[in-house]
Amino acid sequence: MRHTISVLVENKFGVLSRISGLFSGRGYNIESLSVGETIDPKISVMTIVTKGDDQIIEQITKQLNKLIDVIKVVDFIEIDHVEREMVLVKVAPKKENRIEVLKLVEIFRGRIVDSGAATFTIEITGDEGKINAFIELITPFGIKEFVRTGKVAIAREGTKRQ
Amino acid sequence: MKKTGAEILIECLKKEGVKHVFGYPGGVVLNIFDVLYDEKDIKLILTRHEQGAIHAADGYARASGKVGVALVTSGPGATNTVTGIANASMDSVPLVVFSGQVPTMLIGNDAFQEADIVGITRPCTKYNYLVKDVNDLAQTVKEAFYIALTGRPGPVLIDLPKDVTVGKTDFVWPEHVKIRSYNPTYEGNKWMIKQAAHEIAKAKKPVIMAGGGVIISGASKELKELAELMHIPVTMTLMGLGGFPGTHSLSMGMLGMHGTYYSNMAVQNSDLIIGIGVRFDDRVTGKTASFAPHAKIIHIDIDPTSIRKNVRVDIPVVGDVKSVLREMLKVLKEEGVREQWSAIRKAWLKQIEQWKHERPLTYNYEENVIKPQFVVEKIYEVTKGDAIICTEVGQNQMWAAQFYKYDKPRRLLSSGGLGTMGFGFPAAIGAQFAYPDALVIDIAGDGSIQMNIQELATAVINKLPVKVAILNNHYLGMVRQWQEMFFKERYSYSNLDVVPDFVKVAEAYGAKGFRATKPRDVEPVIREALKVKDRPVFIDFLVDWKEKVFPMVPAGASIDEMIFEEKKEEEEKKLRAVK
Repeated sequence: MRHTISVLVENKFGVLSRISGLFSGRGYNIESLSVGETIDPKISVMTIVTKGDDQIIEQITKQLNKLIDVIKVVDFIEIDHVEREMVLVKVAPKKENRIEVLKLVEIFRGRIVDSGAATFTIEITGDEGKINAFIELITPFGIKEFVRTGKVAIAREGTKRQ
Repeated sequence: MKKTGAEILIECLKKEGVKHVFGYPGGVVLNIFDVLYDEKDIKLILTRHEQGAIHAADGYARASGKVGVALVTSGPGATNTVTGIANASMDSVPLVVFSGQVPTMLIGNDAFQEADIVGITRPCTKYNYLVKDVNDLAQTVKEAFYIALTGRPGPVLIDLPKDVTVGKTDFVWPEHVKIRSYNPTYEGNKWMIKQAAHEIAKAKKPVIMAGGGVIISGASKELKELAELMHIPVTMTLMGLGGFPGTHSLSMGMLGMHGTYYSNMAVQNSDLIIGIGVRFDDRVTGKTASFAPHAKIIHIDIDPTSIRKNVRVDIPVVGDVKSVLREMLKVLKEEGVREQWSAIRKAWLKQIEQWKHERPLTYNYEENVIKPQFVVEKIYEVTKGDAIICTEVGQNQMWAAQFYKYDKPRRLLSSGGLGTMGFGFPAAIGAQFAYPDALVIDIAGDGSIQMNIQELATAVINKLPVKVAILNNHYLGMVRQWQEMFFKERYSYSNLDVVPDFVKVAEAYGAKGFRATKPRDVEPVIREALKVKDRPVFIDFLVDWKEKVFPMVPAGASIDEMIFEEKKEEEEKKLRAVK
């Protein structure tokens, strides 16, 4: 089962390496990882998407908690939350398809952030379902480059653990 | 007055009450060694290899319960400590290791003797630091000792760039330390403890499985009280030996791959396992799917990651063993009527007695060739169990675990998790520094002792009366045993062929050497060796190379699938049961 885990850590050098080393050293798998400072510059938050059965996920959260630099670990599987990811896609559609691409961007409430003679760079933000649907539809038009941020997640206000 | 980083470091060590530092000098730590030159309160013990230093610090820590301290230079000095750090990490030994580092401005330049030791040791330390500013030094040292010794103890490394130890600042010792992201749980959850107590009260065939956590937590007294109050037999992991008296009628000795028949049978037939300060290592559980198939499992440990890592657990209690056992005893005393327990457990304890009688720990005694078990047995008899025993790794280690009875904690110092050959001798040196008047004996093999034999010089120069009993079979015995049993006697590279004359080696270093070639020599030689008080002693026991460690559970089998010593009819009567 896939889990989105949020890890609050001390913003020190080497912390990312401790976290990624924990995963690689114990044979756990990271599907995506995003890191950024919080409002408090001394603290960073890492959002890790990982897969495993209950026993593995229990070990992952415990092992994360055991790291000295980890302040808090939240597994969103038990929590009603919002997840978002952003992708940037550079497409080079044929001339006759350019309009269709722009419509697609509009439907997905994306934005064109750069456009050249032959390419558009599209920004799309959303949850996994939306991103995947967009990728599926845009692929036939010819993707030149593709990057994604990895997921970030936040709990919904006023919701309790299910 | 401002002090240099090197001076501040030594001041910090004094504040932490450090008396001994095991180390080896080199380029970037020369200024620290220069401060130590005039230092009266702290003695640096110069080993002959950094691996010796780290194992000695480890032995010191295991024997005393204090933090072991090592100081080495950058690059190779630091990397030579890695095995010892990993070893301490696996066995939860508190160490603080100081490594020199090239000046901060050179870090990353592949400077002379530069190694990214913080990166290298990240997975095998509890925590590590690179100090970049001399103003952070005192705080870092304070935190390092705190982290090393609290919670589940472990090694902490502090990397000290040259410019940091040369730089000057005011020395301010932080009296208190608080790390917001590090708060080990000491008190167990009361509700869980109550549940555990109920299960213990209800169980008909309980077994206590005691591990190193009992010793680290100093909970031997509480463990004994629990076992005696509830009439529960106790088996121990290698790391747990001595946590409960080995001579106690409720003791079943060690369990697992080379555990006693009765320990393994008791675990496999029990209805309740009470795991105390254990991590259910694979050498203990055998095949986990069939481990203790009829039992509920209570698991008490300070490290939450130990719980449900290897085996299913019905009642987890996260907390310090001593504190949890105290609470549990309180609950049990409130609830139970003392007399009823002996009646409830009678059948179970009788069954265990029967197993003990059926297959005690044995070996085939012979009159013309020394059996290694006989040597360990004699060491036990002559020392009356009153010695600190270190071991190397392999057959020597298992025989030391089987045939020596440990009645007190911190009396067996052995590399349990990592299984590091070459650990025992330097560890014995460290233990002797912690307890100058104690009798410290390293039970070694001819393979293992050669892995840190250079430390003879350290022992000689410091006049340490460490005894090394070499069970010399000219083989890597445990490897040979596996090859005999599982690889059709194809002894691939396990024969050591050339083994030095250990008596001459000892004497070349200025130590004393003895040799025993016949069983009748064994006891007299041990007695002679024990008389030597001013230098280390090597005793070369030429033992039967064919001897194997039994019982043995093959890798991947359930722990009740044991292989035993083959007994020939005529030898049957010579079979010696160990009392």
